[in-house]
Amino acid sequence: PYAGLVSRLRAAWLSGRTRPMEHRVAQLEAPGRFLDEKKQDVLEAAALDMGKPPFEVELSKISIFRSELNHTLNNLGTWMKDEHVEKNWVTQLDSAFIRKDPYGVVLIIAPWNYPIHLLLVPLIRAIAAGNCVVMKPSEISRNVERLVAETLPSHVPPCALSAPARLCCHTSHPPLSQDCFAVVTAGVKETTRLLENKFDHIFFTGSPSVGRIVMAGAAAANHLTPLTLELGGKNPCYVSDTCDVQNTARRVAWGRFFNAGQTCVAPDYVLCSAEMREKLLPALREAITDFYGSNPRESPDFGRMVGDKQFQRVQRLLRSGRVAIGGQTDEDARYIAPTVLVDVQQDDPIVQETSGPILPILTAASVDDAITFINAQERPLALYVSSSCKKVVNRVLERMSSGGFCTNDTPVPPEPGSEARCSAGQSGLGRYHGRSSFETFSHPRSALLRGAGREALNAPRYPPYAPGRLPLLWAAIEPK
Amino acid sequence: NPYAGLVSHLRAVWLSGRTRPMEYRVAQLEALGRFLDEKKQEILEATALDMGKPSFEAHFTEILLCKNHLNNTLNNLSHWMKDEYVDKNLVTQLDSAFSSAIPYGVVLIIAPWNYPIHLLLVPLIGAIAAGNCVIIKPSEITKNTERLVAETLTCYLDNDCFAVVTAGVQETTRLLENKFDYIFCTGSPSVGRIVMAAAAKHLTPLTLELGGKNPCYVSDTCDVQNAARRVAWGRFFNAGQTCVAPDYVLCSVEMQDKLMPALREAITEFFGSNPQESPDFGRIVGDKQFRRIRALLCSGRVAIGGQTDEKERYIAPTVLADVLPSDPVMQEEIFGPILPIVVVANMDEAIDFINARPRPLAIYAFSCDSKVVNQVLERTSSGGFCGNDTLMHTTLTSLPFGGIGNSGLGKYHGRFTFDTFTHHRGCLHRNMGLETLNALRYPPYSQQKLGLLTATFEIKRKGMCTLL
Repeated sequence: PYAGLVSRLRAAWLSGRTRPMEHRVAQLEAPGRFLDEKKQDVLEAAALDMGKPPFEVELSKISIFRSELNHTLNNLGTWMKDEHVEKNWVTQLDSAFIRKDPYGVVLIIAPWNYPIHLLLVPLIRAIAAGNCVVMKPSEISRNVERLVAETLPSHVPPCALSAPARLCCHTSHPPLSQDCFAVVTAGVKETTRLLENKFDHIFFTGSPSVGRIVMAGAAAANHLTPLTLELGGKNPCYVSDTCDVQNTARRVAWGRFFNAGQTCVAPDYVLCSAEMREKLLPALREAITDFYGSNPRESPDFGRMVGDKQFQRVQRLLRSGRVAIGGQTDEDARYIAPTVLVDVQQDDPIVQETSGPILPILTAASVDDAITFINAQERPLALYVSSSCKKVVNRVLERMSSGGFCTNDTPVPPEPGSEARCSAGQSGLGRYHGRSSFETFSHPRSALLRGAGREALNAPRYPPYAPGRLPLLWAAIEPK
Repeated sequence: NPYAGLVSHLRAVWLSGRTRPMEYRVAQLEALGRFLDEKKQEILEATALDMGKPSFEAHFTEILLCKNHLNNTLNNLSHWMKDEYVDKNLVTQLDSAFSSAIPYGVVLIIAPWNYPIHLLLVPLIGAIAAGNCVIIKPSEITKNTERLVAETLTCYLDNDCFAVVTAGVQETTRLLENKFDYIFCTGSPSVGRIVMAAAAKHLTPLTLELGGKNPCYVSDTCDVQNAARRVAWGRFFNAGQTCVAPDYVLCSVEMQDKLMPALREAITEFFGSNPQESPDFGRIVGDKQFRRIRALLCSGRVAIGGQTDEKERYIAPTVLADVLPSDPVMQEEIFGPILPIVVVANMDEAIDFINARPRPLAIYAFSCDSKVVNQVLERTSSGGFCGNDTLMHTTLTSLPFGGIGNSGLGKYHGRFTFDTFTHHRGCLHRNMGLETLNALRYPPYSQQKLGLLTATFEIKRKGMCTLL
C-alpha cells in the first residue's frame, strides 16, 4: 500500500530538487517552526502520553532539538563541501575528492520514549544530507503521533519545483502535499508492509528484537539497505570505592529517573562493593527526596509509564531482589515509584533492559569482578564509571566495549553538537549526533576527474607488459 | 556448530586484550609484509594456475597494491589510533570529551576469487590495525590460492588471534551461524544478501563489497584514441573479472562508429593480433563462469573478437555493437572480457538510462568538456566515479572504496579500512566534584532553571544577535 508514496518520493529525489543547499535550508526551517508554534500542543501530548514533566519535554525535545538544528544550519555549508584528498604521483594533475551524495529515500522509525526528539533529530540530519524522508512516529505515544501526522506537514514549504500533488491511498491519515517527505502512521502490521518497499537508508530507534526484524527485512529481496540501528541494552554503572558518594548518588539517580527511567542510555544497574552499597543507599534515598519530595507520586517532576503493557512489564521486575527504596505502584496512573533494589542475582529478570524507574544494585568485590561480569553480557549502549581514581577509570575504559562511555556522570539526554553517540553490537549499529550524523545520511562518493590527454602518463600500465615497469608503476601510485 | 570452538577461542584471546597494544598490531602487520615478500613467487604461481593471471597483473594487484595499503597503514597507525577530542559546550568545558577508537572484537573476512590475495589482505590489514581478532575465509574457487593462504599465511601470524577457514558454500553457511562482531564480505549481490540475513540474527554490523553494471558514458567530444585505450584497459584487465571494470558503454551512434576502430587498435596494441597467444591476457576462473559469459555473446553484433576456447577457458577481448537494453548481456554483471555498446541519443538519455537501473559500484564518463563530466557526476549516484579514465580512482588510498544500494554498503581503503573495523566510542570524563554546575538540571524543576540550562548548552544560529 505504500508503493505509490515511496515512488513519488523517489521521483522527487531523482529530479534533484533536494540537492541545492537553499532547498535543504528551507526544509530544515519547518521542524523548527513546528516546535515553536506547536510547543504547547507538544507539551500537552507528551503529558497525555506518559505524564512527561514539561521541564523534561522542553529540555530534551525542544531545547536540545533546537541546538541540533542550529548546529546543522551553522555547519551545513561546510559539511556539504567536496572533500579534496591527497593524491599520488600519477594523479597529481587530476582532481580527487569525496562528494557527499544523499542516499535517496530514507525511512526514519521513531520510538515512544522521546517521540519528538528521536524523530525530528534524525529528520533534520536526513534533510540536511539532501534526502527525501518517510517518517514513522511511534504508534504507542498516540497523542504525539497524531500531532506529528496532522500538523508537521503543514509547516513544510512547498518544493521549489513541485509536481502536481498526487494522492496516496491507504494511509490512515490524509496524504501530504509534499513531494519530498511524508509522515506515515502505522502499527506493527502496516510497518511490516512499509518495510517491504525499497528504501535507501533506514534509521531505526527501538528494541533489539525489532531491530533484528528491520535488519532482516533490509537484507531481503533486492534491498540490501544500509541501516542505522539505535537499540538499547543493559547500561552498567560501576561505582568504585573511591568516589564522592553524594554526587554520584545524585547523578545516577537523575540519569535513572529522568523520564521515569524510559531512556535508552539510562544507567540500568549499579555494580559496586558491599561497603559502597551501604554508603550509596542513604545517599540515593536523599537524592530521591531532594528531587521528588517524600511522596514522588505528587511531584509534578516525575513521569509515568507510557502504556499498560510497559507498566506491567516493569512492575514484574520489582520481584527481583529486595526493595530498599520505593517500590510503590499505581496501575491506574501507570505510576511506579523511584525504586532501588538490592540483593539482585545475576540471573534475575531485571538483568534485562529495565526501561523504567528501577535501579538494581549488584555487588562486585573488585573492579576486575565488575569487568568480568559486564563483559559476559551483551554490549551495552552506554557504560558509566564513578570514580575519583584515574587508574580505575582507564582500566574499565580499556577492558570493556560499549556504545558510549561516561565517567562520573550519566548525561541523559545526550548533549547536542559534536559528541558522537553510537552503538556497538546488541545495542545497535551506526552512529549519529553532530557531524557524524550528517555522514550517517550521506554517501561518501569517491571521484577522480582526470584529463582527457596526457596519455604518456598512462603508458606504463598498458600491455604488452614489461616487468621492468613495475617499480615505476608502483612509485606512481604510492601515497606521497 | 563446527566453528564454535574456534570463534570462542578467538573471542577469549581478544577479551584478554592481547591485540590492543600498537606494538602487537605493528608486529603482525610487518609479518604480513614479510609474507608478501617471501611468498611472492608462490602467489604469482598460484594465481597463474587458478585463472591464468598474467604475472605482471598479479604482481601489481596482489603484491604491490597490498604493500601500498600496508605501508600507508604502518605510516599512519599511531595517528589513527589516537583519541579524537571534540567540541564541548559550556557545561562540559572542564571535562574531557573525545572519541576513542576501539576494535569490534572478532571479525570475519570473506574474500572472493577475482583478486584472491588483494581482496583478502587489504581488509585484513585494516582489521589487524584496528586491533581485532580475525577469521579469514578465502575463496574456495581459486583452489591454489586458497591452499597457499591456509597453509602459509598462518605461519606468519599469531594463531591465537588469526585463523584461516577453508570452506565451501555449506560450511560457510555454518560459519555464519556464529556471532561475529563485524563481517566484511566481498562477493556477488546474492551472496551479500545471504550474509546480511545471517548478520541480522546477531545484529552484526557489516561491509558488503558487491558489484553491478558499471556504465561508461562516452560523449561526442572526447579524445577517441585515449578513451578507447583507457576503456579497453579497464575492461580487459584480468580478463574482465573486475568489480569496478566498465561493464558497458553508452554513446551516440556516431561515437560508436569512431570508437570501434579505436578499440580494435587498442586491443591489437595490447594483446597482438591473436590475444590467445598473448601472455598478458588472462583466462576465466572456472568452467561455470566461462559458460555463463559465453552465453552472453549472442547479444547485439560481435564487432571485435568473439572467439572462445573452452579447454583454455579463453574468451577473446570482445566488443559488441548495437546492443539493446533487453539483450542478455545487459541483464547481469558481465564479469568477463566483453564490452557491449548501447546507443543513446545524448547525455540526458544516458543519465536517465543509468538512473533507471540499480546503482553501480562505479560510473565512468569520458569527455573533453568538463561540464559534461560534472553533469554526469551530479545527476547520478554510484559508489565511485572516474572522469576520463577507468579503475584509477581505486588506486588512491585517500579515496573511499565501496558501493551503494545493490553494489554494496560500507567503504574501505586507507584510513577507511581502519575506520571500518573500528568502533568509535564517544567518551566523556566528567569531574567528580563541581556539583553546583549540575544543580540546574535536577528536580524540583522550575522555569528559571530551564532558562539557565538552555543558555549553557544551547547552540545558537550563527549570524543572529539578540537585542536586549
